Amino acid sequence: MRKFKGSLITTFTWVIVILFFFPVFWMFINAFKSEQDASAIPPTIIFEPNFAGFQRLMDRGMVDYLTNSLTSSVFSTIIVLLLAIPAAYALSIRPIKSVQDALFFFISTRFMPAAASLLPLYMIFKSLGLLDNINALSFVYAAMNLPIAVWMMRSFFNEVPIDIVEAAQIDGANFRTELIRIVLPIVLPGIAAVALICFIFSWNEYFLATLLTTSDAKTAPPFLASFVDGRGLFLGVLSAAAMVAALPVLVAGWVAQKQLVRGLAMGAVK
Amino acid sequence: MASKTTAAVPVVKQKTYLKKVRLSRALILPALIFSIVLTQIPFLVTIYFSTLEWNLLKPTEVKFAWFENYLAVFEKGDLLPATISTVGITSLAVIFSVILGLLLAVLLDRKFRGQAFARTLLITPFLLMPAAASLIWKYSMFDSNVGILSWLTEALGGTPIQWTTDLPFAVVVIMLTWQYTPFMMLILLAGLQSQSREVLEASSVDGAGSWRTFQWITLPHLRQYVEIAVLLGTIMLLQVFDPIAIITKGTGGTKTLSYLLYERAFVGLNVGEAAAYGVVTVLLTIIVATVALRNLFKVFIDGGAR
Repeated sequence: MRKFKGSLITTFTWVIVILFFFPVFWMFINAFKSEQDASAIPPTIIFEPNFAGFQRLMDRGMVDYLTNSLTSSVFSTIIVLLLAIPAAYALSIRPIKSVQDALFFFISTRFMPAAASLLPLYMIFKSLGLLDNINALSFVYAAMNLPIAVWMMRSFFNEVPIDIVEAAQIDGANFRTELIRIVLPIVLPGIAAVALICFIFSWNEYFLATLLTTSDAKTAPPFLASFVDGRGLFLGVLSAAAMVAALPVLVAGWVAQKQLVRGLAMGAVK
Repeated sequence: MASKTTAAVPVVKQKTYLKKVRLSRALILPALIFSIVLTQIPFLVTIYFSTLEWNLLKPTEVKFAWFENYLAVFEKGDLLPATISTVGITSLAVIFSVILGLLLAVLLDRKFRGQAFARTLLITPFLLMPAAASLIWKYSMFDSNVGILSWLTEALGGTPIQWTTDLPFAVVVIMLTWQYTPFMMLILLAGLQSQSREVLEASSVDGAGSWRTFQWITLPHLRQYVEIAVLLGTIMLLQVFDPIAIITKGTGGTKTLSYLLYERAFVGLNVGEAAAYGVVTVLLTIIVATVALRNLFKVFIDGGAR
């Protein structure tokens, strides 16, 4: 009886899991269908694999947009790490009152809709010729991710045993040795988690990319909508584009699930 | 001799303390400056813009207009509906995704074959690029001609629903719930797995049924995890933009504050009015956030102390 109940719950679990995953599964399947098969009703399950959709992505120059996505995600993540590591170190290992106040400043900026500072930023960028510039977009992404990165990073730095740091200080280690030799090795998994999350947020970002880029610096998310075709069938090519654009983050997240959870829960999850 | 040493110690201590303070400040300064230059100063500029009469069609005739733009914003009367939409969409999506996330976390906390694989499949909606997810939901799921849902309702003998035109609000909430349930599930699952096994065993030895154990031990333990999940989910959902821009374009009660601002600021030509919208939106978002999260903020304040 008990065993029966157990397998019933397992079946129920799988039903929900499959329901949740279905839209993603369907996107994967449709990406390999011909346009006729992708839009067929009733849906086709058995079909001949077709790579025309992927071919059309290449023809439309999707590689350039993916390169832009990669550039802005990597560059902004590097900026965030360079700024957030020292800040988190100061907040956690050498906390002083005025520095603690900065912590609340950081989290409060996250509540401000990006749109509010975007109008002047848009105009400043426009007058400086920085619209449609991938580096400018990277800086904006870095500013967007910095508050959350400082918070996450600080929670990882908090786990460093303070005795070790103090012992090193007594032994006369200067600040740089202390940071590089003692603290960084301990918080490295945390830094990886923060980097992963910043990368994901930048890669998936749509709103700022839509407004601040037009062609040269356009990233993959705003490019996707251009596959929607008012006249013909487009589900196949749209699914292929969506799959290609989403895949890097999907794979990164699947592989690094543990880091992802720890980072997102801001260290509350041990 | 003795008095000399006692005098020297505080001086050295003070010196190292000052050095420590200076170092701490120097370390945090770059991040602060960066953040201020790219977010706070533009916001101050937005406030300045909001007091100007400035139309892009007449770029030479910019003049100071006091609060005229704010009056115009309030006269349009679209702020209240946008606030209601924002609160409605955010709270419904948070509530549904926390409930579903808790259910899934409990289901995945059991040992069964393929548990890790099930978890991997389940977190995918949260990782999937929101723009891609919105497009797939709009055209592959909800579409009235080729969407799976329409086919399913018809196959089951119902009349297909024009989801995106008739029920845009429900569409946005469904899609966001789908997207955020995995996020809630991950945090709650981590909470479940951090429970002490001894306490759970002791409770079952004492004869408490599994439901009572869940109610009296697991739920109180999960509280802080639920708080973190709700807080982070709310922060992200309050500013949600992608599914609204892609699926509904703000129709049918889905015009949230961030979409309204986008529409006013980048589609119109009136810079002053757009800036006024920006300022008011920020204030409203902050009010909504503080009211909704006042209690939850305790998590962060408690977490603020080392």
